[in-house]
Amino acid sequence: MEILDHLLLGFSVALSPLHVLYALIGVLLGTLIGVLPGVGPVATIAMLLPITFNLQPEAALIMLAGIYYGSQYGGSTTAILVNLPGETSSVVTCLDGYQMARRGRAGPALAIAAIGSFTAGCIATLVIAMAAPPLAEVALKFGPAEYFSLMVLGLVAATVLAHGSLIKAIAMVVVGLLLGLIGTDVNSGVLRFTFDIPELSDGISFAVVAMGMFGIAEIIGNLELKDKREVFTSKVKNLMPTLDDFKRSWLPILRGTGLGCFLGILPGGGSILSAFGSYTIEKKLSKHPEEFGKGAIEGVAGPESANNAGAQTSFIPMLTLGIPGNAVMALMIGALMIQGIAPGPQVMNDKPDLFWGLIVSMWIGNLMLVVLNLPLIGIWIRLLTVPYRFLFPSILVFMAVGVYSLSNNPFDLVIMAVFGLFGYVCVKLECEPAPMILGFILGPLMEENLRRAMLLSRGDPFVFVSPSKPISLGFLIAAVLLLAMVALPALRKKREEVFVEEGT
Amino acid sequence: MQIKSPRDFWAGLMFIGFGLFFAVWAATNYQMGSALRMGPAYFPAVLGGLLTVLGLAVLGQSLAYRGPKVPPMYFRPLFFVLAACIAFGYTMRPLGLVVAIGVIVVVSALGGHEFRWKEVIVLLAVLAVFSVLVFVKGLGLPFPLWPEFLGIY
Repeated sequence: MEILDHLLLGFSVALSPLHVLYALIGVLLGTLIGVLPGVGPVATIAMLLPITFNLQPEAALIMLAGIYYGSQYGGSTTAILVNLPGETSSVVTCLDGYQMARRGRAGPALAIAAIGSFTAGCIATLVIAMAAPPLAEVALKFGPAEYFSLMVLGLVAATVLAHGSLIKAIAMVVVGLLLGLIGTDVNSGVLRFTFDIPELSDGISFAVVAMGMFGIAEIIGNLELKDKREVFTSKVKNLMPTLDDFKRSWLPILRGTGLGCFLGILPGGGSILSAFGSYTIEKKLSKHPEEFGKGAIEGVAGPESANNAGAQTSFIPMLTLGIPGNAVMALMIGALMIQGIAPGPQVMNDKPDLFWGLIVSMWIGNLMLVVLNLPLIGIWIRLLTVPYRFLFPSILVFMAVGVYSLSNNPFDLVIMAVFGLFGYVCVKLECEPAPMILGFILGPLMEENLRRAMLLSRGDPFVFVSPSKPISLGFLIAAVLLLAMVALPALRKKREEVFVEEGT
Repeated sequence: MQIKSPRDFWAGLMFIGFGLFFAVWAATNYQMGSALRMGPAYFPAVLGGLLTVLGLAVLGQSLAYRGPKVPPMYFRPLFFVLAACIAFGYTMRPLGLVVAIGVIVVVSALGGHEFRWKEVIVLLAVLAVFSVLVFVKGLGLPFPLWPEFLGIY
């Protein structure tokens, strides 16, 4: 059994004491930041990214994966206790989780969320271990045309799932693609859009952009509101779900996991779609649909599992193709590049210990969430009551130290401030930053593959849709279909409904 | 003509501005090349053009359909948070990590709703000690701790 060998290799890497320690620190820090109201996984990872810069690649990725799970779980905690979702996928958790908390059942809601996530994590890890090698095999046969079309598909999928206007989301992707081109052109050596600023000749560091757009803009946005939160701290006493809770939850957990595993592999924010999908399915299948929205435990168990499974399997396109499916994966790719690793199908063969170590550490991260976060829940809740005026200067210090340590150059902080301003303006104009980040990562890659494809086809632009390249053609057809689906009035209405529900 | 959706109107203008800038700058400063051998200007010029068209579409929509206003901007937190970050960068080299943390904490706290000197000083002290221990002693980041002119390291 090859898969057993792979997993054993993974365990040998992930279980080295140092890596377990990094996974532990990652999960703890991720929950710590992720539990703050309004801070989602993307912002959390962006803020904590600099901590990993000075680590070995394996340790850095393992820690980042831990941060990711931790922040997701932290987000669910906030959703249940404060009714403030940190990210789109935990919006669904708010619906019933918060209602459970209001009825004094916050403990079981938190516990079932953790158990569901862990179950989903176990299954999704196996799915990754099985699905990644064959996919990487296929990906090795991709030429530049296929890569280009795949990136188009990924970007389209990302815009389809963004909030609000589709055109604005596409425009944000293009803004990202353009900003990604700043720096030295690899083909001609020409300095593009650097305006004689020497710091820009290597391009803008991805981490700085992400921290500005998400971290800084987030902090400024939070400072607009005075803190007043209703936290159900005193009511979290009994953590254990009842036998009836388990009976009602185990099927939703499994169904959610299945849905999440499948949707997570598709490009474009799998965890959001799977959480919404799971909620709808459970409501349809339930014997008492009238309880949904009033504290039905299925409404927490299903979406939380789906969300976690989706989050995990979205690593598959990232690891095998080097194409990020959502903003979190874009951050992961950015982190890989900072470590000097070009993400793509070759990683599995060239660095098997990194690859399998990461996969196994995902499972370990999930385990840690259950054994650590549940007992520590009291601390996380207390953190929710710390006033924001203590938190934001601390977050700023860590971000500033991280950015400064990138190249010991104060100019990076200026760029971070500029992107903080831009991110704040984007929020005001309802332009989503997540598609921009994807574009920013993919900009240079897309240009390179476009150039190569055109060179190979002798300048024939139809190479991407020619029948001799069925894979590329297929990706582009899928992209067009996705766009058409959203542009069609009937479906657009549906999409708006989903996002309106989310806004409440 | 009437702006029916101010938020989209400004978003459209922003995209048009970005798009035109990149397209024109690329086309005038770098070589276009051909589709077969793309020069450094080719991809940005095409993308800039595309962004301009998208911006025009958003702008057009804002004149046709009613939409929300731009929510109010809060300039106080905006200014102090951004200023704090930049100030951190430029105080680090001559004055060292401890002073830089002092600057970023005090300046950013001015952007909050309440500013109490006692609290800020306690927070500053905690963060400074933590950062020195974790980042410099622990992770070994090469930051100067104290102002250069003091001559202590």
